[in-house]
This record gives sequence, structure tokens and C-alpha cells, in this order.
Amino acid sequence: MSGGRGTVGHPQPAARPAFAWRHAVLRLVVLLVALGAWQWGARARGSVYFPPPSRIALRAQELWFSGPARHAFLSAAGIGDVLPSLGRMAAGFGIAAVGGIAAGVLVGRSAWAYALCNPVLQFARAVPPPALVPVFVVVFAFGAPMQIASIAFSAVWPVLINTAEGVRATDPLRLDVAAVLRLNPFERLRFLLLPSALPHIFAGLRLSLSLSLILMVFSELLPGTANGIGFTLTDAQSRSDLLTVWAALLLLGVLGHLLNTALLAVERRMTGRRRPT
Amino acid sequence: MTLRLDALGQRYGDHPVLHDITLTVPDGQLLCVVGPSGCGKSTLLRTVAGLQPAREGTITLDDAPVTGVPDHLAVVFQDYGRSLFPWLTVRDNVALPLRRRGLARAARRAEADRILERVGLDGTARRHPWQLSGGMQQRVAIARALVCRPSLLLMDEPFGSLDAQTREDLEDLLLEVHRTDATTIVFVTHDIDESVYVGDRVVVLSPGPASRVVLDLPVELPGKRDQIGTRRLPEFVALRSEVGRVVRGA
Repeated sequence: MSGGRGTVGHPQPAARPAFAWRHAVLRLVVLLVALGAWQWGARARGSVYFPPPSRIALRAQELWFSGPARHAFLSAAGIGDVLPSLGRMAAGFGIAAVGGIAAGVLVGRSAWAYALCNPVLQFARAVPPPALVPVFVVVFAFGAPMQIASIAFSAVWPVLINTAEGVRATDPLRLDVAAVLRLNPFERLRFLLLPSALPHIFAGLRLSLSLSLILMVFSELLPGTANGIGFTLTDAQSRSDLLTVWAALLLLGVLGHLLNTALLAVERRMTGRRRPT
Repeated sequence: MTLRLDALGQRYGDHPVLHDITLTVPDGQLLCVVGPSGCGKSTLLRTVAGLQPAREGTITLDDAPVTGVPDHLAVVFQDYGRSLFPWLTVRDNVALPLRRRGLARAARRAEADRILERVGLDGTARRHPWQLSGGMQQRVAIARALVCRPSLLLMDEPFGSLDAQTREDLEDLLLEVHRTDATTIVFVTHDIDESVYVGDRVVVLSPGPASRVVLDLPVELPGKRDQIGTRRLPEFVALRSEVGRVVRGA
């Protein structure tokens, strides 16, 4: 909304049900066709390196989701590999999100801090995150602290930079309003800066989330790891168990998709009560 | 609250905006500031509001110099779409200034609802600003300004982007508020008719750069003002012609 004078604002109309319905069906059809083609191609080829998706899914199910109902159907490997991976990822992403938003607000609030920090931030962002993992291996030794630090240190930059940009983009008139209303720094943060930067913050969080997943796997590929999805991947590869490798890839894809969907749902909940601008 | 400007000057870098403005606005007066666009009217308001420091001269409120944003001050900006917080409901927008008064949540809500009713917005408390028409949004901004019972109210072309009918309704709302609360008000506008209709006094600024006061005119109109009758009075017509002549630089 540019100025938005004398106009009546309407909330975004929801997509018409019939239309949304057709879209959902179309998406499902595309997915099924792709899966069918994969299945058909893999079976026709009959290569041990490219098993058909049906066998991959079965292997994933028996590996991780064949447990009893009281363990939410997680098998021993599910509990021993998938949960630790997710736990480390959650810890790393959580540290990155909290630290990135806090630092981003500080950097974004001061033109001086922004000018000083921007080159450093651009540099830190430009370094491919996996390249830093060897450094963390030396600093933290092997194991969970190193893995969490790798994830957090890689995922913090997108949140930090986007939060700083979002806070900087706060409407100057609204800053005047906050000054005239004599909001204290905490109120200004809570009622103006954070809500106004929220779309930027979530854009950063989405990037950070996918980086977290990448770093989670990557940090588990290194020697000294005892469990995790990445460990399963290297372990199966060393045993030439390609079916398990594919199953781990499938699991990672599904996890990535689910996490992203969950984050989008949170974003929609938090920003849904404002007009999209 | 008495507002006193003494030899006030303002500049952006080498570019002079206001020059040697000396004005006293007595307690309870509604002063209209008129001038061509770009003459520094908004800068004058921002300076009085303490949003930018005066480069020359002084501003005092009841003899206390203005250095930052003064207490008991409220501002209504022209661009209601930007000045309201779209992520808060109408009620939360209006209740926001009450936080610094240390009122409990329930008391803040009750106070906000009371003031919303006063500006004719009962029933909108739980909606969001962007769900309302432009005129209603500006009413929300006025309610937010009034909720702390300010002793000095600054208005920067508050009705400039509204249609004629809505503008007249809001002018009458402002007059009603001024009659009951006897707040000192500085009302900036580029609309000559509006300045004479709402003002107790009209001050005209010269075109920039280095605008100064070129006319200072008391507005004395008989009887209670109303949109149809008042605008037909010979006194009204004479005043608006005089202001118009000066604004056009004749």
C-alpha cells in the first residue's frame, strides 16, 4: 500500500475453494506422474544403484518407522539416528534464530553500526558454510557441540542480515509516531520494530532453516560422529548399501519439506492479521 | 498550555526553511498555519513536537524550553495509513499511549473504548485499521491523540487526503473536541477555507525558502460554526479572501 489515502482496505480475498481444490489435485497429479516415471524407469533399468522408489520407501519405513505405537512408531534406529539429528538441528537453528534476531535489531537500529558491520556481514555470508566446519572441528572437538556450533554459525547470517534490513526499513513516520507517543525502547521494539520487520525476519528464517538442514547432514558426515542421519548415510555408503543411502536421502527431503511447511504455517499465523504490503 | 516561539529558525544544511518565526499561542487557542506547499509548515510542527531541534531561536511551553518530545503533547499526521500500526487492532492502537501512564490492561481498554465512542467509532475496536475507510482511520488517529488528554495538539494537514464530505465531518469533530477540552491546538493546512472555518486565528507563512509569518489574523465569527451557515457569512467570506490574497502573494 503506497500511501493508501482515501481508500477502503480489504483483507486479501481467500482463493476460491473450487480453484484451490483444482490446484491441489493438479499438484498431486504432477507428483504421482513423477513418482510413476521414476518407478517405471528404475524398474526397466534394474540397476542396483538406482532402486525404484517403492523399495526406497519400504526400506525407510523398516529402518526408522517400524517401531511400536508407544514410541510414535519410531524404531530403535529412528530414535537413535533421526531424533539426535533433529535435536542438534533444532538447537543450532534456535541459537541462530534468537542470536540473529537480537544482533540484527542492534545492527539495524543504528546507521553507524550497520555501516561498520555490513562489510563483515557480507563477508561472513559469502563464505560457504560447510567450509567452516573443519574450523569448528578443531575448536570444539568432535561431537554434538561442534555440530551445533557449525549449524548455528552458518544459519545465523541470513536471519541477522534480514532482520537488520527489516529494522532499517521501518517507516520513518512510524518512528516519529513512536517518539511522539514516547514509547520506551522495549515498547518500540515490541510494537513497532519487530512487527514491522517480521516479513524480513521470516524470509531470513526460511533461508536459515534450509542451511541448518544442510549443515546438520554435513557435520554428521565427518569422522567422530556416532549417530544421526548423516552418519547413516556415510555408514551405508561404506557398506555399499545404496538402498539405505537412497532411503536417507528420501527422509531428508521429507524432513526438509515438513520443517519448511511448519515454518510457513507459523509465519502465516503471526503475519496473517495484517494487510500484505 | 501556552506555546511560545521566539525568533525560531530552521534549516536543512545550507538550505534555510524557516526564518525568524515569533508567535505566541495562548492556552486553549486553535491556531491555523497556512502557506503554499513546501513553505515549511510541516517542519514547523516537527520542530515544535521536538522531533528535530531548532537551529535558531527557542520554543517554550508554559515557559519551559522544548528540548525533546514534550509531555502532554499529541500529534496527528496526514498519512493515517502509515501513522497507525497495521498489526494492532483499532483498540490497541488507541490504547498504546496509555501504557506510559501505568494503567492496568482493563483500564486501558475501557479508556480506549470510551474515546473511540467519542470520535464516532464505537463497534470498530476489534478491527484492524486497514479494514476501515480513510476517514475512519483518521478518526482512529485522532482518538489515539486524544486518549492521553494532551494539553497541546499538533495536526499536520490531518484532513488533506480525505474527500470533501468526510473532511467536513472531521472539521466539526475537531471543533467539538476543541470546545469541550479547550486544548491548545496548532493545525497546519494548505486549505484556506478550512483554516478560517476551524481556526480561532490564522497565521500565513510566506513561500520558502526562509519562510516567515506574513499574516497574523484573528478569526472572529458570530455564533456556533456550522458547515452551511458559517461559510455563507460575510465575515467568513471577507476573512477567506484576505487570507487567500496573502497566500497567493498579492
